[in-house]
Amino acid sequence: MTRDDDSPDMTAVPEADSAYKQQALAALATVAREPGASKPDAILTAGGVRRRFGGLVAVDVDRLEVQRGSITALIGPNGAGKTTFFNLLTGFDQPDQGDWAFNGGSLRKMQAYKIARLGMVRTFQLTKALSRLTVIENMRLGATDQAGENVFRAVLPFLWRGQERQITGQADQILAYFKLDTKRDDFAGSLSGGQRKLLEMARALMVQPEMVMLDEPMAGVNPALKQSLLGHVKALRDRGMTVLFVEHDMDMVRDVADWVVVMAQGQIIAEGPPQSVMADDRVIDAYLGAHHDTDLSTMDVHELDLEEAAELATHPREEHQQ
Amino acid sequence: MDWGLILTNALEASIGADMVIYCLAAIGLNVHFGYAGLLNFGQAAFVAVAAYGLATMVATFGLSFWLGISVGLVAVIVLALLLGIPTLRLRADYLAIVTLAAAEIVRLTFRSVTLRDTFGGSDGLQGFADGFYRLNPYTVGIDLGPITFSERQSWGITIGWVLIILSSVLVWALMRSPWGRVLKGIREDEEAVRSLGKNVYSYKLQALLIGGLIGAMGGFVYALAQAAVQPDFTAPDFTFFAYTILILGGAARVLGPILGAAIFWGLLSLSDGVLRGAQSAYDVPEWLLGSTDAGAVRFMIVGLALMLLMIFRPQGILGDRKEIALDAR
Repeated sequence: MTRDDDSPDMTAVPEADSAYKQQALAALATVAREPGASKPDAILTAGGVRRRFGGLVAVDVDRLEVQRGSITALIGPNGAGKTTFFNLLTGFDQPDQGDWAFNGGSLRKMQAYKIARLGMVRTFQLTKALSRLTVIENMRLGATDQAGENVFRAVLPFLWRGQERQITGQADQILAYFKLDTKRDDFAGSLSGGQRKLLEMARALMVQPEMVMLDEPMAGVNPALKQSLLGHVKALRDRGMTVLFVEHDMDMVRDVADWVVVMAQGQIIAEGPPQSVMADDRVIDAYLGAHHDTDLSTMDVHELDLEEAAELATHPREEHQQ
Repeated sequence: MDWGLILTNALEASIGADMVIYCLAAIGLNVHFGYAGLLNFGQAAFVAVAAYGLATMVATFGLSFWLGISVGLVAVIVLALLLGIPTLRLRADYLAIVTLAAAEIVRLTFRSVTLRDTFGGSDGLQGFADGFYRLNPYTVGIDLGPITFSERQSWGITIGWVLIILSSVLVWALMRSPWGRVLKGIREDEEAVRSLGKNVYSYKLQALLIGGLIGAMGGFVYALAQAAVQPDFTAPDFTFFAYTILILGGAARVLGPILGAAIFWGLLSLSDGVLRGAQSAYDVPEWLLGSTDAGAVRFMIVGLALMLLMIFRPQGILGDRKEIALDAR
């Protein structure tokens, strides 16, 4: 097989606010701004996905569609079930009920590695660089359909040498684009937190995914590197990939997301473009509580206590998660 | 004290049959633990099942030598699947617990009174190695200057070293390939490897099988070199010695188990010789070292050497210090 033909051109530098963003925004312009809104061209659809941990419903998503070629942000307060939902979508956890599909094919009961092979690749909140492998070996590992990964062919190097060279060439190109080429032969464990995030994203590209799922790509990254990481996320879309990411950093969400999905207490409570979602009362409530703009000293203490008690009784899950 | 004899014995022990048996077990463990990160605490079971597979077929059922070898190999494959299929989907500790228990179940089955007619109880089995020694091409023993082996010993040790070399070459070839890269990735973080589209479970099962089969070679050498098998040879300390050897030489290094086994057995014999020599040459007081204590004290000395190594060279003799310095995981 020839990998060069279908691999994204890593040398081309995408423009800021590219045609791809315009295209994604245009496609989303007519979409209803309500939870579970259907999209004109959905790459990922989920329906009735529910996951319980004992008596606690961590995820209960009625409907979600993700528009192809867009950057969609999944936000929500701590314990909203974002990462659990992520794990369910990527096969790292199995839901109690519900179905979800990628490019129209159901992913129900499919193992995580098969989902990755279909072209939906994820990264992790706690970065998983493979410490005692070098950076280039991390990258090579990402390539799929390697002849030498079969145990019998592995001992016959002439069967995989050629492919190995091809993969290495591709890996070097992506490393150069992510400015990790100087670290090529260092152990991944010697990289800084931000560099590990970059490596994880670069390694995911080696799989040649159609859709990239990023779990908190900005967590633990120093501010200097954030800007470049933002650029890389946008560049994924500008190469035709679809991005779904979980993030706490609201500046980042405002900057890169074409569409925002808000989760709270396991459910999707709002959807829409960044500006309109962040002005939504339900979202502000979920994040800051109903009284965020009221001075507490002017309120009835007894009434507050009652509210607090009611809150604790209905949502015991908050401290459980994450 | 006869230093010449003590050193000769130590040198002999560092290439002799015991060294070969433990070395092969440790090469298998290196595939499990060193490369794939699998915590197999029951390598003794693989060795025992192979040895008894051969011994039982020949001594109890009167079948041929080669049929015995085949039954031993099949039994090891069945054991690996039996241990791996239910546990390798779970967290790493499950394999550790199950293999540790399985090794004891295997040993207690072989030494049970009920199955005495088949496995020979605590006495084990003898008289199954004739087929092997009929193939012996040595008419005189190997003579390496001070070290000499009888023609019978020479045959067992030669086959043992051929197996060591073959399995080391196999490990080397596998671990430089993309297959070995996936395995090392799994050792570092199996979820990350899964997220890249690799069937982690299948790779772990393959590693368990390959390491178990290399351990089985140690079982055959054990059965044939001694021309006898006893169940208590493969008590849990067998596995722990194999781990000691692996860590001593350097895990995830092709030559680590060979160097580790040579040092382990050489040092054991050396300290034994020195202690016994000192006892006969000088008037060592009974409270310091009783006449029967040398056998136990030599293990203390090896343990002390291992502790010093872990303090000053935690990566083992052949390991790479940089790798240890990284916060793995």
